[in-house]
Amino acid sequence: MRKQTRISLTALAAASVLALTACGGGSGTASDGPVNLRMTVWSGSPEHMKLLNGIADEYRKAHPDVKSIKFDVLPLENYTTTLTTQIAGGKSPDLAWIFENSAADFVSSGALAEVNLKDEKDVLPSAKKIWEQDGKLYAYPFSTSPFGVFVNTDMLKEAGQPTPAELIAQGKWNWDKVSELGAAVHDKTGKTGMVIRDFDYKMWDNLAQYWGGWGAEAWSEDGKTCGFDKPEMVAAMTSLHKAVFEDESMLAPGTSADFFAGESAMTVTQMSRASLLGDKFKWDFVPLPEGPKGEYDVIGQAGIARLAKSAHPEEADGFLEFLTNKDNSAKLGAYFPQARSSQLDAATLAKSNPKLSEKQLSDVVIDGIQKGKVKPVHSGQAEINDAVRGALDPLWKKDADVAKVLQGVCTAINPLLEQ
Amino acid sequence: MKTLERPRTPAAGRSGGGAGGRPRTEKPFWTARRRDQLAGWLFIAPQLIGSVLFVLIPLGLVVWYSFHEWNVLAGTFHSVGGDNYQKLLDDPKLPGVLKSTALFSIGLVVLNLTLALALAVLLNQKLRGSVFFRTLFFSPVVVSLVAWTIVWGFLLQKNGGINAGLDLFGVEGPNWLRSEGTSMASVIVVQVFKNVGLNMVLFLAALQGVPKELYEAATMDGAGRRRQFWRITMPMISPTVLLTSIITVVGSLQVFAQIAVLTQGGPNSSTTVLVYYLYQQAFKFHHFGYGATLSVLLFVIVLVLTVIQWQMRKKWVFHES
Repeated sequence: MRKQTRISLTALAAASVLALTACGGGSGTASDGPVNLRMTVWSGSPEHMKLLNGIADEYRKAHPDVKSIKFDVLPLENYTTTLTTQIAGGKSPDLAWIFENSAADFVSSGALAEVNLKDEKDVLPSAKKIWEQDGKLYAYPFSTSPFGVFVNTDMLKEAGQPTPAELIAQGKWNWDKVSELGAAVHDKTGKTGMVIRDFDYKMWDNLAQYWGGWGAEAWSEDGKTCGFDKPEMVAAMTSLHKAVFEDESMLAPGTSADFFAGESAMTVTQMSRASLLGDKFKWDFVPLPEGPKGEYDVIGQAGIARLAKSAHPEEADGFLEFLTNKDNSAKLGAYFPQARSSQLDAATLAKSNPKLSEKQLSDVVIDGIQKGKVKPVHSGQAEINDAVRGALDPLWKKDADVAKVLQGVCTAINPLLEQ
Repeated sequence: MKTLERPRTPAAGRSGGGAGGRPRTEKPFWTARRRDQLAGWLFIAPQLIGSVLFVLIPLGLVVWYSFHEWNVLAGTFHSVGGDNYQKLLDDPKLPGVLKSTALFSIGLVVLNLTLALALAVLLNQKLRGSVFFRTLFFSPVVVSLVAWTIVWGFLLQKNGGINAGLDLFGVEGPNWLRSEGTSMASVIVVQVFKNVGLNMVLFLAALQGVPKELYEAATMDGAGRRRQFWRITMPMISPTVLLTSIITVVGSLQVFAQIAVLTQGGPNSSTTVLVYYLYQQAFKFHHFGYGATLSVLLFVIVLVLTVIQWQMRKKWVFHES
């Protein structure tokens, strides 16, 4: 009986292992037949999908060996986590959109394959910087998108306030004035004045769009020294704290307001979000307000890379080359600004950007790409992000001691910066 | 399995026993005993295969991973011996995480069981509308957890529905999910409302199984309602109390979605419970080995608490069927 039971259990275990092995194999492996490519992206907006699918269809016509190209939309909040989980689970996509805040980790880990651009000289060196290692490029700088301010001019009018265009003409477009406008909107309409989009008191790196005006930085150029306790940062965060808690001109913690749904008068975000604009209200797109240090620009970057673990490296490389060639990058520029010298003139950009005027493109996008500073980038940034977020939490109270909280941020991240 | 048992006779399962000096014939492979065994294995096979594939093998793998460092991006996997366990002992964040976990578990278990029992006792009365209220309190159990949590996330915003309601009475509500003082309580209450219906139904079933004669006899002996509750009801439903407390304790230690959706462990890590912390370590920070070590710790905690509860039943569970 015992022997028989043992045999039965062994057979069962063997069957289980076989079944498990069967579960693990399959779709990720290379095959000789037509291939299916998969690329992960963060946006599923119909306009973005139409553009990407159009380019993919064109590529497939010329390459019958590629049966399908799927753009897999992962939610923005958990984009990188979901992507790495897929890689861990043996289901790596062939191509992936990578955000600047995880660029250092992806590039240094060897997870990405080298990218060979045919017209490399056309791409601005500053845009390639965070995607390079040892002189090799590991992702095409797919989107080099400066931050600007979308403005609901109807709402400002309702609150009896001047438009940013008028303030720019008068040389008064600065963060103090924004706080005045925001407070007036809040008082008179009950709606929110200004929202730094995607910050939501969690994704703090979006505050670079604010503190850049004070010349503050999260950490030094070499990434070794914390910048949160520096006087510029203390001044910037004191101003932000006042705007939120005293002036009530900016979105308060624990609340939400969507500019594109008409719930706030102004929002700091990128050109790609123009696809969310409808006909609900009149709007404008203007450069970031000036800070005490004058004009400044901040860039959010994303790269498209071929994963080293792609099951179809040749086909994936082929599609990446096609997607990012001169013609297609001009089309992509409608939503994802391309850091190519050949495209950095307002007339060219305007051809593919029906929603934005030449002036808007010139003031925000072209100037921003050329002069802008990339949002904070550091290796091991996920852990640093979490530490900063936790240490900044005490700041989001009315009676917070700003300097003390910022000192605490440095205490929390110094060991991580040194790693 | 009882229905498959057959009476054993000396000749059962044998052939050619030599009675009457007949020649011995070869023993057939499919004896009654083997057929019974096969039937038994087939009956339990779906559950057994599922348990092996999705419980035992992953459990073994987690323990194995805990002795390794696995960099998902670089694709490297190498043994680090007991380093992850040493890191566990030295981790300065872990005491805070364990404290938050204990706070959540205690709050949830106490509030859930108390409320579930109170609702069950109330709805066990023959009152008008009791069926409606039973359905009402049970309905959140069948609602998607994430959808439920997202809706509560909006309600608990500073300018959300809860504070708008309080505002009607002239009360300025706190920033529920952004304040350290209220965030944990908010997450607990959201989870209690989600699952209290399940325990309520279990308690209701137990209450309806208590023989009426016991109450009649107690009434005749002069026992009041409170005395009847503590002397009759509680002892009689004690096996269900044990069951619900084990389920609720284990469930409370595995809370994840509510934290991920409502607070992401904040503010200031005050709602970072063990499961959320191990998710962060493994999937956000890419320390899969250390994440696996934290999973082993969670497994040990759940195991120890369950064993303690099981052992304690001898003291307070009145009967076991």
